[in-house]
Amino acid sequence: MLKYSIRRFFWIILVLVAVSFITFSLMHLVPGGPWDRQKELAPQVIENLNKKYGLDQPFFVQFGHYLWNLLHGDLGLSYTHQDRGVTEIILQGLPKTATLGITAFLIALLIGLPLGMAAAVKQNSIIDYISVFFSTVFASIPGFVLGIFLVLVFSVSLHLLPTGGWGSVRQVIMPAVALAALPAAYIARVTRASMLEVLRQDYIRTARAKGLPERLVLLRHTLRNALIPVITITGPELAFLITGSFVIENLFSIPGVGRLFVQGVSNRDYGLIMGTTIFYAFAVAIANYVVDILYAVVDPRIRYD
Amino acid sequence: MSVIAETVRPHHTLWGDAFTRLKRNRVALAGGIIILLVALGAIIVPFVSPYKFDQQDLNVVLHSPSHGHLMGTDGLGRDVFTRLFYGARTSLMVGVFAQVICLLIGLPIGAFSAYASQRVDNLIMRFVDVVFAFPDLLLIILIRAILGGSIYMIFLAIGLVSWVNIARLVRGQILSLKQRDFATAARAMGGSSTYITLRHLLPNSLGPVIVYVTFGIPRAIFAEAALSYIGIGIKPPTPSWGTMIANGYENIFAAPYLVLIPAVAVGVLMLAFTFLGDGLRDALDPRLRR
Repeated sequence: MLKYSIRRFFWIILVLVAVSFITFSLMHLVPGGPWDRQKELAPQVIENLNKKYGLDQPFFVQFGHYLWNLLHGDLGLSYTHQDRGVTEIILQGLPKTATLGITAFLIALLIGLPLGMAAAVKQNSIIDYISVFFSTVFASIPGFVLGIFLVLVFSVSLHLLPTGGWGSVRQVIMPAVALAALPAAYIARVTRASMLEVLRQDYIRTARAKGLPERLVLLRHTLRNALIPVITITGPELAFLITGSFVIENLFSIPGVGRLFVQGVSNRDYGLIMGTTIFYAFAVAIANYVVDILYAVVDPRIRYD
Repeated sequence: MSVIAETVRPHHTLWGDAFTRLKRNRVALAGGIIILLVALGAIIVPFVSPYKFDQQDLNVVLHSPSHGHLMGTDGLGRDVFTRLFYGARTSLMVGVFAQVICLLIGLPIGAFSAYASQRVDNLIMRFVDVVFAFPDLLLIILIRAILGGSIYMIFLAIGLVSWVNIARLVRGQILSLKQRDFATAARAMGGSSTYITLRHLLPNSLGPVIVYVTFGIPRAIFAEAALSYIGIGIKPPTPSWGTMIANGYENIFAAPYLVLIPAVAVGVLMLAFTFLGDGLRDALDPRLRR
């Protein structure tokens, strides 16, 4: 087990370095420098700026510096917010994004798990059809389209909820639901499929044959085994939540990391873009690592791979 | 000849069977028909619409749907119906061409990786893993920043990010097909690995690839709509459903239909592709074959 986690850990470190390198190189490939604005800058000014941001150094020296700073949690300098580092800017947006993401994830679990379970237990019933229909629809309709429908119904027609902003519980409801729809559909699908698979196993027949009440068969024998694939999709789900948050945070005017990233792209703030990208890739990679380890904990078969 | 032809069992091909099964699946069929209708509308809109997509008429700003403007007009007095179908052009083009680029990159690399030496295969797959580590929309945005904002570059950006899925799929398919008897037979008869790959393995792995591409199209459509919505996708005045939603959102209280119409369009088109994809998967799944 320890050997497995260590091996995975080194792999993750490698991935993170590769991700940083790709992002770093991509940002250097962008045509026109970061000082390419509408207003032409004097050559002396550009030289000074390049010096300040270390852009006058050779590529690999810059990358080395960047990695070194990264090790200390410093994601570099923003090119538009002159007074603040990228780390500071991200940390400012993070609580909002995290609150939104965690709320959405909990909603997704609360909807997806029971929906998938009910569908599997009552296969080919009306509940199953409704569950499959909902998971198909919400897996294909983008969160921001759903968000727009929510705004049209609850803000424009019914005047129940604010269209956006951040600070009160009422402002979290719609973005969280819009963000939760896709992962909820995904969880429902995987739960249903894996429950159906487990229900077909011999040990379930044994459990029933020895006269266990159905409730225990389902909770103790089926659900615990069926949850393993559901755990493994947590990593991809984080990626969904992040991708979704770019658009949802814009739609609902939430000053989170996703919105910062988009602003960074619009302002061509390469420092900020690079920092947020690496931050996101790290978050996903670490989440995948944790999931891998969890997976090996709950399913001993994996370790012998 | 004709006597023999009549007594022989009717000829069944994989694709013929799959098509018969697909025709029986009403939901998939509905999806396919919706896609065809949208595509048809997108093709003929310049010839049937009395308006141009960028034709502004400041006398009819924000008019609700009426006889003259079936879906009303937007904040600049442009006809929403016309723009919707021009937007469908953008969406369908992005969806299809992004997948074509995915295939052009992913198929050869996946097939090559399956036949390459262990070390090269490992190297390619580790690279694929690294690309997977990025949330895809993020990487698309980064690449788009390098390539610029033209619509072709958006195809390319999406393709450059999403090919890894196809490569992985094709590699897995070929690795498993390589072990089958027909591949062994072809090898025994002296077929070179290039010949066997091109003639036997690739065609046999096409089923799952087609299904994957069908699901990839709505993802590309979403990516474009999302990019355009946040203002870093298709540049105006080229209509895109994403920009239409973003512009409509400014007037959501005065003219809710302006955001509702393109939002519904994105949702319906993506659903249609998903339904078609589900149907294709069922139709092409050999385990269901009778």
